[in-house]
Amino acid sequence: MILRYGIKLVTVTKSNPENVGTKVSLGGVRGGPDVKTLRKDIWWLPQVASGIGLALFVIYATWTAFRNGNYYDGAHGRDYLSPFYSPCLASNCTYKTASVLGTWWKLSPALPILIFPAGFRATCYYYRKAYYKSYWLSPPACGVAEPHKTYSGETKLPLILNNIHRYFWYFAVVFAIILTWDAVAAFRFGNSVGMGLGTLVFIVNAALIWLYTLSCHACRHLCGGHVDQFSKAKIRHWFWKKVSVLNPHHMLFAWLSLVWIGVTDFYVYLVASGTIHDPRFF
Amino acid sequence: MADLVVRLWRGDENGGEFIEFKIPAQEGEVVLDVVHRIQATLAPDLAVRWNCKAGKCGSCSAEINGRPRLMCMTRVNQLPEGEPIVITPLKTFPIIRDLVTDVSFNFEMLKKVPGFKPKPREADGTYRMYTEDVERGQEFRKCIECFLCQDVCHVIRDHEENKEHYAGPRLFVRYADLEMNPLDTNDRRQLLVEKMGLGYCNITKCCTEVCPEHIHITDNAIIPLKERVVDDRYDPIAWLGKKIFRKSKKVETDAK
Ligand code: SF4
Ligand code: SF4
Ligand code: FES
Ligand code: FES
Repeated sequence: MILRYGIKLVTVTKSNPENVGTKVSLGGVRGGPDVKTLRKDIWWLPQVASGIGLALFVIYATWTAFRNGNYYDGAHGRDYLSPFYSPCLASNCTYKTASVLGTWWKLSPALPILIFPAGFRATCYYYRKAYYKSYWLSPPACGVAEPHKTYSGETKLPLILNNIHRYFWYFAVVFAIILTWDAVAAFRFGNSVGMGLGTLVFIVNAALIWLYTLSCHACRHLCGGHVDQFSKAKIRHWFWKKVSVLNPHHMLFAWLSLVWIGVTDFYVYLVASGTIHDPRFF
Repeated sequence: MADLVVRLWRGDENGGEFIEFKIPAQEGEVVLDVVHRIQATLAPDLAVRWNCKAGKCGSCSAEINGRPRLMCMTRVNQLPEGEPIVITPLKTFPIIRDLVTDVSFNFEMLKKVPGFKPKPREADGTYRMYTEDVERGQEFRKCIECFLCQDVCHVIRDHEENKEHYAGPRLFVRYADLEMNPLDTNDRRQLLVEKMGLGYCNITKCCTEVCPEHIHITDNAIIPLKERVVDDRYDPIAWLGKKIFRKSKKVETDAK
């Protein structure tokens, strides 16, 4: 169809995406010197910092996951279960949430459940950015040439799998609920209700996990981002607006919740192993 | 005030080099002012593109100390003092001369965008749009087509061969604007994946970092597009939902 002024109206549909598929090659000699970058600021610092931060967390998480001990403190009248071991699903758990896995699971009970939070974080849009830059150097920093000869981004296996992020998000919501329950359980002191420093640590942990999970880009899309006409979807619009307030801080929540889940685990470890005494407020 | 040392790239497709200029500093200048003074006093044949000097036309894009920026919006006193100011043409596009590059790539990609195709008018012959329907796209229409985002994007900056199948951040902003438009009936998702290279973007956000209009290119345009593509082809539940409820966008096979 030709509109006014001879402008063509192109219709691309599923059945004929070929319509506008012709190739452009507008190559030509580029200007500027042939160097990797002309940046003189310390462009590598943020990437090195986040690369080290992530590596430290992975090391700590591995130690914790295989520790298989001192992840539950029930001996001091407390009810603290480390977030790395929650929900505890094997029969060999010190504290059993539900013995779903039965007795055949002999390894650390942290391993089968950690797949979900690990998958959630590994496919998270923020962590993707972080590891692409820090580890894969594509790019090492903005305006700094990457060292690879070819680049296919997230178009091929395995990186195309990052598209399943939303499925991990569904599980992440379940985990956030469980960790919230753990925070509530942390008020249980034997047969009475109380509060210790550990309780506070657990509350902060649950809050940060919620902030991270709700600020997720997939969450933003599922809550309402997929809608074109918000006037016809008022509730989804409301949700979308709320999530859109959190979403710009997703990176911050990613780091805070990552650090704090380590802190929570280590606190439980210290208390359960008797290294420190958990102060009780009331 | 001390002299400014400015290292300018001069040359064309046959080669080029840095030429160093010393010029007295003046209060309150932006980099474009300095370049203009060099042009007026020391290098009258210097090629530089500009129009508005107000950060609104998107013509004066260049790379200052290795960072893609608008020359007219970069204040000299914000650059490291006592160090030479290094100015080069946009790296991703072919050079014409000195600081002027050929940015046709972006317009070729723009031509390929399937246009706005509105749904039929309502019974009274009008369209109705509510505030919440128009709000979201406003940000995308702030784009001044400076192409700094296209320049910084490593997908084509470091890999010329990707230009054949990669639209780039500025175009993704355009696609997002159209895809989210409540009146539009085209479905560009398949095209985005198969011909426009949406999957090449690894959401490293350099485009967002350089955008002088502060458009949240990655968070508000690219990631939402990626999520819409997931709906279309990587999410079995969404796919099933579409099959059952048939809510998907109206597919038409109109003339080209
Ligand atoms: S976020 Fe994507 S489009 Fe933007 S610069 Fe990075 S790779 Fe390119
Ligand atoms: S999106 Fe921003 S950086 Fe890209 S062309 Fe438009 S104004 Fe320039
Ligand atoms: S958790 Fe980071 S984007 Fe979903
Ligand atoms: S001269 Fe118009 S944006 Fe710089």
